[in-house]
Amino acid sequence: MSTLDTPSTPAAGSVAPAAARPVRNNRDRVWRVAAYVLLVLVSLIWLFPLFWAVLSSLRDYTYTSVHGYISLGGWTLRNYVNAWQQADFTTHFLNSVYITIPAVILTLFFASMVGFVIARFSWRFNLILLGLFTAANLLPQQSLLIPLYRLSINVPLPDWMSDSDLLYDSYWVLILINTAFQTGFCTFVLSNYMKTLPKELYEAAQVDGASIWKQYWKITLPLCRPPLAALATLEVNWIYNEFFWATVLMRSGDKFPVTSSLNNLRGQFFTDNNLVSAGSVLVALPVIIIFFALQRHFVAGLTLGANKG
Amino acid sequence: MAGSSQPPLVPTDTAVQAGVGGDHRGVARRRRVRRVTRRDQIVLVLMVIVPIVMTLGLVWLPAVATVLLSFTNWNGIGSLSQIHWIGFKNYHDVATIYPPFWPAVRHNLLWLAVLFLVATPLGIFLAVLIDKGLRGSRFYQTSLFLPVVLSLALVGFIWQLQYSQDYGFLNFALQKLHLIQEPIDWYGEPGINIWAVLIATCWRHVGYIMLLYLAGLKGVDPSLREAAEVDGANEVQTFFRIVFPVMRPINVIVFVITVIESLRAFDIVWVVNKGRNGLELISALVTQNVIGEASRVGFGSALATIMLVVSLVFIVIYLATVLREEEP
Repeated sequence: MSTLDTPSTPAAGSVAPAAARPVRNNRDRVWRVAAYVLLVLVSLIWLFPLFWAVLSSLRDYTYTSVHGYISLGGWTLRNYVNAWQQADFTTHFLNSVYITIPAVILTLFFASMVGFVIARFSWRFNLILLGLFTAANLLPQQSLLIPLYRLSINVPLPDWMSDSDLLYDSYWVLILINTAFQTGFCTFVLSNYMKTLPKELYEAAQVDGASIWKQYWKITLPLCRPPLAALATLEVNWIYNEFFWATVLMRSGDKFPVTSSLNNLRGQFFTDNNLVSAGSVLVALPVIIIFFALQRHFVAGLTLGANKG
Repeated sequence: MAGSSQPPLVPTDTAVQAGVGGDHRGVARRRRVRRVTRRDQIVLVLMVIVPIVMTLGLVWLPAVATVLLSFTNWNGIGSLSQIHWIGFKNYHDVATIYPPFWPAVRHNLLWLAVLFLVATPLGIFLAVLIDKGLRGSRFYQTSLFLPVVLSLALVGFIWQLQYSQDYGFLNFALQKLHLIQEPIDWYGEPGINIWAVLIATCWRHVGYIMLLYLAGLKGVDPSLREAAEVDGANEVQTFFRIVFPVMRPINVIVFVITVIESLRAFDIVWVVNKGRNGLELISALVTQNVIGEASRVGFGSALATIMLVVSLVFIVIYLATVLREEEP
């Protein structure tokens, strides 16, 4: 599952015969050097925009507007403090947490239940079920915007759930829609993983008289920790990054999650590039930290469908 | 999902190790569930019914509603009884009297072409290089993959620091090199801005493709390559004649994902200028028609239905590929 973490060793076959043929060996070396140069170059180009964002976020605006960015002075952390206060990052980060955490938990809960049923029982419509969920994940969100927008402004919620008294402009609508969209992918991955679990486990459980719920909750879920961890990592990333639904189904500036609050920030920051940089770095930081901390799960999640667990 | 990352349901091993693991599943399939108590039956139904209702209610019914609304003249105000069926008029209007439509179609197609002809081959090529196992491959992978974890909206902001007319790095560098005299407004100038956002999009897309193919390459049976080498094939021949065809499921999936990504591209143009002035995309037009001052539900639905139909064609291809192995 974490095959991508470790650099693969060159296949034995590609090295040994080359050594036997000196002409090819020489050419191989040239290619190798070219490959190194290219990869290093591309990697540096790829890192540059991020590097530049960090660099300009650390510069004083009045200094860089006079001396330009290729200069030595004007280093400061003020931009971060200002961006945090002006854009009210505390509120927006909390909004992202309120939306992302319940949505991820709900997604994994639903997906694991459906996956369990699909993997465990052969129902006539298993394939249809899987298709229904998987396809839902791929539809362009914008093509569903009109009915969902109308729906959300027509569904009342009690005041304690939503201060707009509607589904529209509440955390609930984003939690629900994100869950509905993401369940498909997770169902697919989890059902594939569950199919690889030894069926003897369930036979034994059945002999012991374990109920279906027990088989799901006590036997299957604990065994599915690896794909659940991988999917949780991915889903936190994706839902945190979700931009469209929050943009169209939210109205109050103070309820936007971080990713879609960016757009509001730009108006305030328009004149100060360095402040925009600091804001961007702040928004990027959580996912980059998660990526480095949980890289294994990240890569595993993306390739999980690949090796069927 | 964040219009951004798409789930790659990549059955790498279907082509590579077809048949493995198929046998015990067959047995499980034949073993119909017996001795399921009534209570368990209820639990089973409950376990699937809640997610099904949610997906039908929040995804599939809205999809159907979009299609139905596209044949009406509803303006979003007034009750449903005021809706009149007007046949294909909305579609006719979209194609004839709605100036941003054809530019949007062109931009979506350009998006597809660039992702498909530039980002995807580059991603595959880098995956092949990284798969060689050169020193530092972890560094290359991480650098390329880093943009993939960022949202496309944020990518738009990060590239604004390159593209900004007065303070951007790009104008600074090009002026220093005397390649341009006057600073260019990369995000603002129609005709240029679509390329600017496409470069930023590729920056993110390449790493994604790289990772998918890297996973695919690791799944290719090494003996296939050895056999090709013994037969005297060079690396290029081995890749195009042996390795690439063997990764067919990944190829199909990457193809479909690329089409759908180009169709639902939205975030980056919305943060730049809400999809106007050279950055028209169908997704942005739909949104403008619903969220903007003029709420034209029927008209917007016609645009949305066009997206829906195109995407469904490719989703069917996708499902046919990933679900093939599920069949008995």
